[in-house]
Amino acid sequence: MIANDKLVIRTIQFGLFAALFGAWYLATRTGGTLRLFLPAPELVWREMGVLMRSGQLWSSLSVTITSIAYAYVIAVAAGIAAGFAIARSRTLVRLFEPMLSGMFAVPLTMFFPLFVLFFGIGPASKVAYGATYAFFPIVLNTIAAFSNVDDLYLRASRSMGASTWQQFRYVYMPAALPVTLTGMRIGFFICIASVLGGETLAATAGVGRATALAAELMETAKLYAWIAFVVCLSVMLNLLALAVETRSERE
Amino acid sequence: MSPNMIRLARLAIILGVVLLWEVYVQLFATSSLAAAPSQVLAELWPKVLGEPRVRAAIGVTLFELIVAFVLSVVFGMLIGVLVGLTDIGRRSLYPIVLLLYGIPQAILLPLFVLIFGLGPEAKIAFGFSHGIFPVIVNTIAGMRNVNPLLLRGAAAMGATRFEQLRYVMFPHMVTAVFTGLRLAMTLTLLGVLLAELFVSQGGIGFFTLLYAETFNPASLIALILTLALLAIILNELVRMIEARFSRWKE
Repeated sequence: MIANDKLVIRTIQFGLFAALFGAWYLATRTGGTLRLFLPAPELVWREMGVLMRSGQLWSSLSVTITSIAYAYVIAVAAGIAAGFAIARSRTLVRLFEPMLSGMFAVPLTMFFPLFVLFFGIGPASKVAYGATYAFFPIVLNTIAAFSNVDDLYLRASRSMGASTWQQFRYVYMPAALPVTLTGMRIGFFICIASVLGGETLAATAGVGRATALAAELMETAKLYAWIAFVVCLSVMLNLLALAVETRSERE
Repeated sequence: MSPNMIRLARLAIILGVVLLWEVYVQLFATSSLAAAPSQVLAELWPKVLGEPRVRAAIGVTLFELIVAFVLSVVFGMLIGVLVGLTDIGRRSLYPIVLLLYGIPQAILLPLFVLIFGLGPEAKIAFGFSHGIFPVIVNTIAGMRNVNPLLLRGAAAMGATRFEQLRYVMFPHMVTAVFTGLRLAMTLTLLGVLLAELFVSQGGIGFFTLLYAETFNPASLIALILTLALLAIILNELVRMIEARFSRWKE
């Protein structure tokens, strides 16, 4: 029965994708003006090959990935340090937590022009913007993780003679890890989205810039090729994050 | 510390940051790149908010936001209910929704502008494509969280499928759906602003670009702070509506 269910589910999923690609293919065969926005699938496929062979993909991707890496490392380091420092005192949590979550509710995109003004149009403004955006979910989850460690465990470990370091290593870390990891995962995807978004808005290089340029020049096949690369990358990263999370849950 | 002391301390921190910012800009910064709070305040009226074109631009952006938000909520809940209604539907389509939600949508922005043009349509469409996903996801999550016993109870007492939805399912979904609505408000605003900043003819994106390119940080910060204030007010509005709809639980 369950195996049968799975088959139905897979059929529906594949059927949906097949229908989508079929509709795309048929639309490009018949549509007149539609072709301006919707290039034929095989043209997009060919353009993806061209981008890969000509090296454009790698040069743009390396700019974007370097920016994301810098931004994410900054966000994780600052977020966990600040979150841990705040979570050590109940007063500090009550003081800062509402301020930080309030700021996170405001789309920081509106501050992007300020980042460009301060850091220039190069990768630095994207790094600063991505780091700022990713900082919030990480710090908020770290605060939640460390301030929700059960007091009983702390008192028990203390009475059994644990030092501050041992308490951190053996009580705080395992108890706080899952929620902190959730924050890091959310931060990671926010970091990718904001760096790409920043590149689309104002940049000299990177995947976002290449996509915007293809649209400006009405090279739709190239535009779809860039989008296809990013979609593939994001699907792979999502699956990776899922695998990491199920693994850490099992431990 | 008492709640009042906390509030006072919070106010002191904010004032301290503003003061530091003022002193730093007055003493060290170049005037074309940074502006002190006092300069921002002086610029806010009459130069930014006193300018009718800026007020019109804020109006356009709010209009785009509201249309995109309403569309996201209507279609998101519709799709959510349709997908979540049957077990097979949920298990086959929900992963696809999550997959699409995970794509960094900023990469689609140039495509949206190509298809929908430079006007408000592209902003509404892009805001909608950001806002609809949290509504779908949270609607489905809300439907899953309803205790099946309550549904079976209602069915046993002779409720039709529609009555089960209306009187059992929907009231229990309120919390989850409103979590989705609050997220949708933030994300719709994000989408609309991204599209505005990408290309704009009369919206606020036009003015942020104008102020940034003419190195007029005081006006830029004044406009951005006005927008931030609007965003906070909209968030609070959704929260208030949520409280109104959750009253039956008390």
